[in-house]
Amino acid sequence: MSIVIRNGRVIDPASNTDRIADVLIVDGRIAGVAPNLSAPGAEAFDAAGMIVAPGFIDMHVHLREPGFEHAETIESGSRAAAAGGFTSICAMPNTKPVNDSATVTGYIVERARSSAAVNVFPIGAITKGSAGEELSAMGAMKAAGAVALSDDGQPVANSRVMRRAMEFARSYDLPIIDHCEDPGLSAGGDMHEGAQSVRWGLRGIPSASEDVMVARDLLLAQMTGARCHIAHISTANSVAMVDYARRRGLSVTCEATPHHFTLSDRDMAAYDSNYKMKPPLRSPGDRAAVIEGLANGAIDAIATDHAPHPGSEKMQEFERCPFGIIGLETALALALDELVLPGKITVNRMVELFTTGPERVMRLGRGTLAPGAPGDVTIFSLDLAWTYDVNQSCSRSRNSPFHGRTFRGGPVATVVDGEFASTRAL
Amino acid sequence: MPAGLLGIEELDRAQIEALLARAKDFQPIQSQNVKKLDTLRGKMIVNLFYEASTRTRTSFEIAAKRLGGDAVSITASGSSVSKGESLVDTLNTLAAMRPDAIVMRHSASGAPHFLARHLPTPIINAGDGTHEHPTQALLDARTILDRRGSLEGLRVAIIGDIAHSRVARSNVHLLAKFGVDIVLCGPASLLPPELAELAPGVRLTTDIRDAIRGADVIMMLRVQLERQHEASFPASEYFRFYGLRLEHMDLAKPDAIVMHPGPINRGRELASEVADFQRSVILNQVENGIAVRMAVLEKVIG
Repeated sequence: MSIVIRNGRVIDPASNTDRIADVLIVDGRIAGVAPNLSAPGAEAFDAAGMIVAPGFIDMHVHLREPGFEHAETIESGSRAAAAGGFTSICAMPNTKPVNDSATVTGYIVERARSSAAVNVFPIGAITKGSAGEELSAMGAMKAAGAVALSDDGQPVANSRVMRRAMEFARSYDLPIIDHCEDPGLSAGGDMHEGAQSVRWGLRGIPSASEDVMVARDLLLAQMTGARCHIAHISTANSVAMVDYARRRGLSVTCEATPHHFTLSDRDMAAYDSNYKMKPPLRSPGDRAAVIEGLANGAIDAIATDHAPHPGSEKMQEFERCPFGIIGLETALALALDELVLPGKITVNRMVELFTTGPERVMRLGRGTLAPGAPGDVTIFSLDLAWTYDVNQSCSRSRNSPFHGRTFRGGPVATVVDGEFASTRAL
Repeated sequence: MPAGLLGIEELDRAQIEALLARAKDFQPIQSQNVKKLDTLRGKMIVNLFYEASTRTRTSFEIAAKRLGGDAVSITASGSSVSKGESLVDTLNTLAAMRPDAIVMRHSASGAPHFLARHLPTPIINAGDGTHEHPTQALLDARTILDRRGSLEGLRVAIIGDIAHSRVARSNVHLLAKFGVDIVLCGPASLLPPELAELAPGVRLTTDIRDAIRGADVIMMLRVQLERQHEASFPASEYFRFYGLRLEHMDLAKPDAIVMHPGPINRGRELASEVADFQRSVILNQVENGIAVRMAVLEKVIG
């Protein structure tokens, strides 16, 4: 079983490659990247005019299985990932039960093996039940397949617990991924605290609620030597602090979401819960700082924080709606539209943010087209007019603010372990 | 989206002037022997109140009836709300009974805006959370105009819990469209600096004397303890620093008026003597409430 992808512009930041070439995948592994490869019997894909890159990694998704299968399953979420150009996704542990044990981790790995369209890597909880008190069985979860630790959505408020978590995580060589939010400062808030929240009479989540926890985590990372990754960074201060810590030699990284580099609180439709997420859409200045961080290297990765919620939960008074939006199918197109096509970053930099960036944090052994690497490939186009119809989404949920948006580029085909997981009819 | 009345922010000056002029036409009717017109004969208005209210609900009900319409009032307790039905389902159920308008009060900011996107029935906002209370701002403007003739160039001080006040927001939007000089005053924790960006001509101060100095109109707000989710100020000393007392009136214009959307808390946000003061127009506001709501109902349904 082999595939040859012909005549695309191959961009592989890991091997510093950017040239027109063929990519040959044999038996699920990259067999070669060169012009005019001989590949008798291989299934050929004409990628002329397109970009061929290592399979994209989304290090932050919520697949909702087990426990919330009405919102998403490993199967539906992974198909949305494939449609969006992702070949590997990392699943946050806030399922029911919480992924805080090797049993749940093993269940997710098994469900992924039998139903997933892309590679699924579980992230284990930092604390039991993500309750912020007792450390979970980190080593056993790692043995069962967990690649990182996080209490995303229910962040560890107690700094002593976070210190201990970092110490243990370091000994297992697992990164701690923190959703930085001071629960006292953000309590009851529904959107970014600023002129717009005051105008709409909605309770605010101040930027400081993120910044104080980022500062705490950086200090604890310095103290413990742990690998610390800041999830969905959204404020100018936090980007600056992570950048400073990294320059000081700390092992810290961070990611930004497509919605935070695309939208600010000024772009929200009034009381529309498809614009409600945590962290909230911030000020235009924060958005600009996120874009700058993506461009200058302060931010390592783009991650979607894909957070499905059924319509019944999002069709309520704004203050009662849950936080989060889906994002797997629009991430690449938004990165092209908002960052690459306006010239804010190069397409090569964008590929880094989807491949080597998250790989550096998660160490999945992917994100490259080097010979012998897993046969994961993302093929996309910079010249592909299309309109996002959320009602056609592979996800089980419909909560996206980008429904109806027209894009100028997007994913064309996704190859996972040497097989096509998704192809767009052109 | 059917044309209801969700807020003042989205109205333009001409629309506001038309409503205020029409309210003036309805003023004499309030003191006539027979107060009933037949403008809304055969029309049904549903008043749906998810928050306790006596004056606003009664005022809307009387306004509908004086226009010859029928009105039913529903309060949240005792309705399907307590059975766990969602807001959209409740409203769809009511809309299926084909009322001509739904007057709605809700504790969640934006609840009527959210519903207006999904319902065929016009919605009149009778107060949404800490966002807007458009008919209150209209009746306040009507009351000021009864004494001043024009809003242009006036100085209006709004004092109290601005952060949680839908009355303040609607008044700011309305008054700013007429070039009023607006001073918002309250304890710093109830006066977010971004309020200055609500509309042109808005200034903030934490000093009540500074706010009142030279004012034509002093609007006092109720301290909304039910909307305070935390102790944002020391309640024990509120009256000392933010309560309106008779001596403050010397700082204002000699003919300055005192307003309050009610219900008033004597001794908390204003001294009892101020409530009963000759230039207090609190009961005129209540009376104008009916004329203004008649104008709104006529505009939306008539």
